[in-house]
Amino acid sequence: MKFSPVKRPARLVTEQSQAFTFTRRAWLLGGLQLGVGGLLAGRMAWLSIAENEHYRVLAESNRVQLVLIPPRRGWIVDRHGKPIAINRTDFRVDIIPDRLKDRDATLAALQSVLGLPPEEMERVREELAKAAGYQPVPVAEHLDYERYAAVTLRLPSLAGVAPASGYARFYPAGAAVGHLVGYVGTASAADYEASKNPLLITPGFKVGKEGLEKTMEERLRGQPGAKRAEVTARGKIVRELTTRPETSGAPLQLTIDAGLQEYAGRRLGEESGSAVVIDVDSGDLLCMASMPCYDPNSFSDGISHSEWDMLSQDARHPLINKVLSALYPPGSTFKPAVAMAALEAGIDPEQNVSCPGGFRLGNRFFKCLGRHGPMNMHRAIAKSCNTYFYTMGYRIGFDRVADMARRLGLGQEFDIPVASQRYGTIPDTAWKERKYKQKWSGADTLNASIGQGFVLLNPLQLAVMASRVASGNLVQPRLLRGDGKPLQPLPFAAEHFQTVRGGMWEVVNGNGTAGASRLPLDGIQMAGKTGTAQVRRIVGSQRGQSGDWKYRDHGLFVFFAPTDRPRYAGSVVIEHGMGGARAAAPVARDILTYLFDREKALKRLFALEQDWGGDLATRMTRQAAEFRAARATPPPPPAPAAPVAGNAAAPAEDLD
Amino acid sequence: MRSSLVPAPVASLPWRLILLVLAVGGFGLTVLYSAAGGSLRPWALSQGERFLLFLVAAVILSRFGEGHIKRWALPAYFVLLAMLLLVELLGAVSGGSQRWLDLGIIRLQPSELMKPAIVLALARFYDLLPAGEIRRFNAIWPAGVLIGLPAALVLLQPDLGTATMITLGGLTVMFLAGLPLRLFVGGALLLAAAMPVAFATMHEYQRNRVLIFLDPESDPLGRGYHISQSKIAIGSGGVFGKGFLNGTQSHLDYLPEGHTDFVFATMAEEWGLAGGLAVIGAYLLIVRWAMRVAMAARSRFSRLAAAGLATTIFFYFAINLMMVMGLAPVVGIPLPLVSFGGSAMMTVLLCLGILMAIERSNRGRT
Repeated sequence: MKFSPVKRPARLVTEQSQAFTFTRRAWLLGGLQLGVGGLLAGRMAWLSIAENEHYRVLAESNRVQLVLIPPRRGWIVDRHGKPIAINRTDFRVDIIPDRLKDRDATLAALQSVLGLPPEEMERVREELAKAAGYQPVPVAEHLDYERYAAVTLRLPSLAGVAPASGYARFYPAGAAVGHLVGYVGTASAADYEASKNPLLITPGFKVGKEGLEKTMEERLRGQPGAKRAEVTARGKIVRELTTRPETSGAPLQLTIDAGLQEYAGRRLGEESGSAVVIDVDSGDLLCMASMPCYDPNSFSDGISHSEWDMLSQDARHPLINKVLSALYPPGSTFKPAVAMAALEAGIDPEQNVSCPGGFRLGNRFFKCLGRHGPMNMHRAIAKSCNTYFYTMGYRIGFDRVADMARRLGLGQEFDIPVASQRYGTIPDTAWKERKYKQKWSGADTLNASIGQGFVLLNPLQLAVMASRVASGNLVQPRLLRGDGKPLQPLPFAAEHFQTVRGGMWEVVNGNGTAGASRLPLDGIQMAGKTGTAQVRRIVGSQRGQSGDWKYRDHGLFVFFAPTDRPRYAGSVVIEHGMGGARAAAPVARDILTYLFDREKALKRLFALEQDWGGDLATRMTRQAAEFRAARATPPPPPAPAAPVAGNAAAPAEDLD
Repeated sequence: MRSSLVPAPVASLPWRLILLVLAVGGFGLTVLYSAAGGSLRPWALSQGERFLLFLVAAVILSRFGEGHIKRWALPAYFVLLAMLLLVELLGAVSGGSQRWLDLGIIRLQPSELMKPAIVLALARFYDLLPAGEIRRFNAIWPAGVLIGLPAALVLLQPDLGTATMITLGGLTVMFLAGLPLRLFVGGALLLAAAMPVAFATMHEYQRNRVLIFLDPESDPLGRGYHISQSKIAIGSGGVFGKGFLNGTQSHLDYLPEGHTDFVFATMAEEWGLAGGLAVIGAYLLIVRWAMRVAMAARSRFSRLAAAGLATTIFFYFAINLMMVMGLAPVVGIPLPLVSFGGSAMMTVLLCLGILMAIERSNRGRT
């Protein structure tokens, strides 16, 4: 036996000790296994007891899909309950990609049945290539019933095709109500990002994009319904569970008289302009027409590119609501406000001002339309004598005129639910100091006193002025039925109103500027005031009465009727119409005629439309066809940009 | 009490185990019937046929003596190793990853059979190793090679789950054979340190599975979908489940692999915690029976083999359940006897057949 230098005695391992080690370690292993088994049981209990509620909700939200049913928009009706915006049954055809069997054959069949153009088929093909599952791909919308029925009949051989019916907005009066009610369209991505409302991305759901449809969105929208359905992971509906019906939006009643609105829109005809009529007893806006206008139906259907181009390139600005968003120098229609200010300042209306054909201020001569001779206030209004109003404005100072103008509603913003209002400018000394850092000059006073210079107004304000002068009350225009308050009288002497109204009576019914526009009715007379507003500084002999359309003078007219007990008041503005008496007053006459004698007014309109070449819809269709034809030929060189409507008034100094 | 009406070979079968296995298998078929929407096809019927076939095979296997098994342990291991290599080569030739060999009558997945084979081979190795050598290096390196080769080949396929099971099965036998404890403690520490390295060398999809296991809600509709939906199925089942054929997660296809790897979730949704505890309990009883067989075994080989096979069965169900309940990454280990598919069922019944053979020799002579 040999001693070796063992540092540590080696453990003796035998068969016996190995068996013992095995038993010990096997017990340990068994214990571990039991432990893991316990862990698994514990985990399972945790999931199914403690977290049961949480996972049950998740399983339920997996299983049940909530399909929103878009609510029908509330109707918009006029003061008599006549529909202005309604919902029409709309037919559409979709494809469910997963149910499609023979794609090419199905698409070919749809193309021939629906008469779809090749570019539409291309779009459908592209969307089908990207789509998967049960999310429908739209094939065609706004189908007529015949084509919808044709698809329905062929359904057995068209697997995967899903015809559906829904509702689409319809405006029976078309373009005549366009600017007033606006239009609806698919919600934008930004809208959805802002509210995360799933309704916004539901197929077929539209929101108000413009006009009343936009401002009254909340009220018109209604409550969506919901369909609960059991769906598979791939989106296939296994069965429907419950359905909660949608609640339509509440109808919205306007103060508008739909018949009058449509009449006014049609009567404006080929002109670019606007007409407003207010019921002076209540402030109800009976008509707010602005022409030309887009057809809101084509926006609701999704407007085509060429249609949009046509609208945005038109020099007559069919996209601008000329009642609220176009500003004009009021010209002589401003004179009733100046007259009221003079009376309020203590001027005797019978005092004569001699008109030698103009007014001399320093070394400058401000022209009148003619040599009127001695003028009192009554005659000065009737004849629209500039010299008289230069004199009065100069005598009392323009700040007093501005104050009166504002109290009559000019330059004011009104509390009506519209998308936008531009309220223009009633200038005064402080305003000029603020804006131009210049002192108000005598020339400024003279220009402003005849509604030129810095004065810019919208047609609604002119109509409100006419209403307040006609009634002596603080008329507030309103667009929705039933939210009015009793009118307060204006704090001015009744004789002052009488004087101004008398002058306005003379304008139409006596020796005045609008004698040609008397109402063709027995016992009902209209009073008014014409206005001719320069678009640009007079250059040479051109006086805004000829030449390029876009440089011609605007024609304006404010009015009220009947003169003995005023009931209606309003304004008519015809852009580049060359004169208030010539262009605007006849339109006002016919609109008022409609209110008193519908037959007579319509007869006159039919005659006019005959001359223009058909009714509004016919003319618009023809215009669109011409536009497309022109685009199909090589495009003409780009036209110079037209000035924005109503914003083209340069401060003019040499005035008539 | 022995009845003379029943022949001795039948009476001597471990009927408690067989009834347990029949119960689990039968329950599995019920779940597959429901997963198919209340239909025997396409899963329950063919699975039932396979189940009976393999069960009979296991019973026949139990008639073999311990000597046979001992003799075939190492040759079987090397044949399977060669087949793994062949699978790898075929995969390289055909340009894709392949896990099976087509033997005409059956598609054989050698990696699956390697799970019991590694246990038997190591048991045989330590049986051959003289007792005095057990604390020497000679006791470690051959075992390392025996485990490392198949594990590496399977990892190449790539099949992380099976490679893990082969390694764990082998390590269990090494542990039971009596290797110094400090090796395992040290190894565990080393493994923890090596984890980041392993992560860096993983395949993209394996790495994603690990990441999603760590945070399944990070991508509930994408790669975390399996685990999320499985937990929803189990959690929404509650204590007594939604009732047979009433599971929504499985029937509406929200639960992916609801008849294979995630069959436990399908079951739990309809049978609830009660069904889950029954399955866990049944498996623990099967494993306990196998561990008792190991404890009672008379030879070193049968002790190590029985305990190793018991642990292999245990790993199967434990890893699958941990995966399904969000405690382990999705590694593609089915729940044997319940999941649709023949491989896992064949392996587990093979293990049980060998265990029954050992049990028979425990009772018998010598």
